[in-house]
Amino acid sequence: METFQHDVLIVGGGGAGLRAAIAIARDHPDVGVGVISKVYPMRSHTVAAEGGAAAVISPTDSLDDHAYDTISGSDWLADQDAVEILVENASKELLQLEHWGCPWSREPDGRISVRPFGGMKLERTWYAADKTGFHLLHTLFQTSLKYDAINRYDEWFVTSLIVADGRCQGVTAIEIRTGEMHPIGARSVILCTGGAGRVYPFTTNGNIKTGDGMALAYRAGVPLKDMEFVQYHPTGLPGTGILITEAARGEGGILVNKEGRRYLQNYDLGQPLDINDPNHPQKQTMELGPRDRLSQAFIKEREAGRTFEGPDGDYVHLDIRHLGEREIDRKIPMVRELAVRYVGIDPVHKPIPVRTVVHYMMGGIDTDTNGATSLPGLFAAGECACVSVNGANRLGSNSLTEILVFGARAASVAVDQAGQVPPPSNQLLTTSARSQEMKLKATLLHPNGGSDTVSGIRTALQETLEEGAGIFRDGATLERTCASIAQLQDRYEKLSLVDTSRTFNTDLVAALELGAMLEIGEAIAHSALARTESRGSHQRTDHPDRDDDGFLRHSLAFRGEGDPTIEYKEVTVTRWPPSERVYGRA
Amino acid sequence: MPEQTVLEVYRYLPDEETEPRFQSYEITYRDSWVVLDALDHIKTEIDPTLSFRWSCRMGVCGSCGMTVNGEPKLTCETFIRDYNTETIKIEPLAHFPVIRDLVINMQDFMEKLPTVSPWLITDEDKPLEAGEYLQTPAQMARYKRFSMCINCMLCYSACPVYGLNSLFTGPAALALAERYNLDSRDEGTQERSDVVTAHDGIWRCTYVGECTKVCPKDVDPAGAIQMLKLSYALDWAKSLVLPGRGR
Amino acid sequence: MSRELTHPLPRSWWLKRPPYFRFMMRELTSVAVFAYTPLLIWALWSAADAASFSVFYEFLRGPLSVWLHVVVLVLAVYHTGTWIALTPSVLVLWRNDEQVDPNLITGTTAMLFLSVSVGVVWLVLV
Repeated sequence: METFQHDVLIVGGGGAGLRAAIAIARDHPDVGVGVISKVYPMRSHTVAAEGGAAAVISPTDSLDDHAYDTISGSDWLADQDAVEILVENASKELLQLEHWGCPWSREPDGRISVRPFGGMKLERTWYAADKTGFHLLHTLFQTSLKYDAINRYDEWFVTSLIVADGRCQGVTAIEIRTGEMHPIGARSVILCTGGAGRVYPFTTNGNIKTGDGMALAYRAGVPLKDMEFVQYHPTGLPGTGILITEAARGEGGILVNKEGRRYLQNYDLGQPLDINDPNHPQKQTMELGPRDRLSQAFIKEREAGRTFEGPDGDYVHLDIRHLGEREIDRKIPMVRELAVRYVGIDPVHKPIPVRTVVHYMMGGIDTDTNGATSLPGLFAAGECACVSVNGANRLGSNSLTEILVFGARAASVAVDQAGQVPPPSNQLLTTSARSQEMKLKATLLHPNGGSDTVSGIRTALQETLEEGAGIFRDGATLERTCASIAQLQDRYEKLSLVDTSRTFNTDLVAALELGAMLEIGEAIAHSALARTESRGSHQRTDHPDRDDDGFLRHSLAFRGEGDPTIEYKEVTVTRWPPSERVYGRA
Repeated sequence: MPEQTVLEVYRYLPDEETEPRFQSYEITYRDSWVVLDALDHIKTEIDPTLSFRWSCRMGVCGSCGMTVNGEPKLTCETFIRDYNTETIKIEPLAHFPVIRDLVINMQDFMEKLPTVSPWLITDEDKPLEAGEYLQTPAQMARYKRFSMCINCMLCYSACPVYGLNSLFTGPAALALAERYNLDSRDEGTQERSDVVTAHDGIWRCTYVGECTKVCPKDVDPAGAIQMLKLSYALDWAKSLVLPGRGR
Repeated sequence: MSRELTHPLPRSWWLKRPPYFRFMMRELTSVAVFAYTPLLIWALWSAADAASFSVFYEFLRGPLSVWLHVVVLVLAVYHTGTWIALTPSVLVLWRNDEQVDPNLITGTTAMLFLSVSVGVVWLVLV
């Protein structure tokens, strides 16, 4: 066992983690920083973001408008002080990316170009064609290579946080290549581990998005906030769940049911304009409504029997033919690439089949606006955190901005705090790693003749969550889901792996991930059961109305011996008192 | 329609074996399946000990490069239906040390990449308040193609020059050097020259051209390297004619 | 500590994949071009006096020489072709944000090469 130490340790090498690492290396060259990630940084799921990142840049736009759109989009559950921080720092962060080389798409005169996005009043989404996340991540990764001070631990899996004297003092982690457990001490730890879409059966999220960081914090006693809010994206490819970006609609794409009708007009999202009308697509209307409302509309259409039936489930059509080949290739080339490759349809000539798909976790580790959690020394930023800027429904293109703004912010506070505490003792580190190693050998790596498998438990978890905590939920089904997750947790306790080898044991990694997924699933289901109202992405058929008196509050799930305890915390309202969400009504 | 095929998969379990072997898995696949789907099916249903890397399964994270019937492929973009051979042979990417099964060690690339300074180099730091560097779509088009690299390592696996001598900086890293050299905002061409034009840099490339052919993202690293050769050679020639006037 | 496997390329690596084989053939054709140089040196050397020149001239007319020239010509043309095919990789031209079709560049280079060759042949024969 080797022992490592850094002043600040970042867990996760995606957009938030790399932004944080660069912030530290550039602004505090004397501070030692480590980045630990279970994959090589450029594999992180930031890479798959497509449409863009929001920031006010146009002279006709305003920070207040961006803030209001975000808050109304969140169904008033976002903390307004956090949203103000987001919008104020957004353009600075995106410009910083530009100065680091990010190839943002341009106007003919060389200025940054912006496009419309769902729920946004004006064009304020910066984009790099439709591979924005890819360019953003690789720009950050390549820029991070400039700093020798950044020590990376690529393909290391964190198994626990080291908590002693009431604060987080590092992590224990398995070096996947060798299978060896090592402790990494730190005076501040920032979790930037992304979301957990993989707890559902059908998701745009990559295989790595298993909520590891959320579970680390949850197990250390930090509450998970607003976990009942799960974003379903309205346009994923059937079968694979591959994302077709909202930019397709931002550029003018329309959604059509099997009767050829632009069905969104039935769901209080405004009236359609002709696709040739110069004002199409209309902002905050029809196809440019928010994701929660569009996904709910899809389910209603399906119930009404107006969706197409296919071998991979029901779908509707996303039609972008009227944009023409040239515009498609310039603005959304990946949409074409993906549709041609994975469903065999060239969107230049045919509409793309799409359906709703789990995309994003609004909830996450409860943090303040500096990314600090209730556990001293522990910070979180990005999708794994809940600051909260996304509330009950995130607007598309706010998350790339969020990872940059709050990644950088958490870094600076983490550095300050690191300076105020001593480094962890070597003894603490080695004892922690030893006990993790012993636990591993006594559980997953201890053959016990059981026949359960990682994939068996995982599939059951995914199915029960989709059934109970899908787009529409009700108390009875949620109770069943909570109960079956508890059973799955019992099964997991007894799980032992066939593969007990140490070298690059991906079954072991998957089993550890499954442990995290079960924690996340539990928090989602119990938070959803407790919130007896409908708000944003959380729609209770047995409680169809929003209840501001009872639930204009964040849920906090605390891990308990058995079921989690759900508590609530007030939403911060600064300037925008709760009101109705209005889309498409003049 | 479900169909059957056999995957012959390279196995190497270093904790138990000293030599690699091939293991056959008979699978029933659907028309929509890519090779990666079949491997995941094997891992979840047949044999959990099989190890390979994957994540996004949409061709952008770069994790799942493997050798399929002798050709380097991104397995999430490679459809089983396109193979009419009796068996499909899956091996790790060539030219890299094998850690286990289909997992290669790509540390060599991770160490080479920073040496070509793949970041924007400017003579002066422009303050953020001054706004963006203007860059027209035409200026962006010059380097855009070379910025699409997902670091999947297929090009290294196709390059015999790298296979014979791993000191070679290699296609992806050099293409990224050219990506920044061609960026209108960048002023680092000179700074990159030492590594790029070193003995194991661009001049090792004999233009086999396979890196470009196997690239799943149409990056054209071979072209990038030839462009680098030309531009650095011209710089050198200019410095002979006009001493001290190099870039 | 884990043991990683390496598979060094065998000497016959260029027989394993057809593109590698074609690459080796391309490189080998340069030998043919090089092999022609002794003949040119002989030509220069023999130009010193009429007697040795007529020996050289007789060799040129012989069947061995004709065969040699045919083979070298084929290989040299092939080798030149590979260079022409390479040009669009090096010579990337732009019309605003659109790249000039690589085939156009290959075509133009090939045409240039052909016209120069025809010109040389015309100079020699006429």
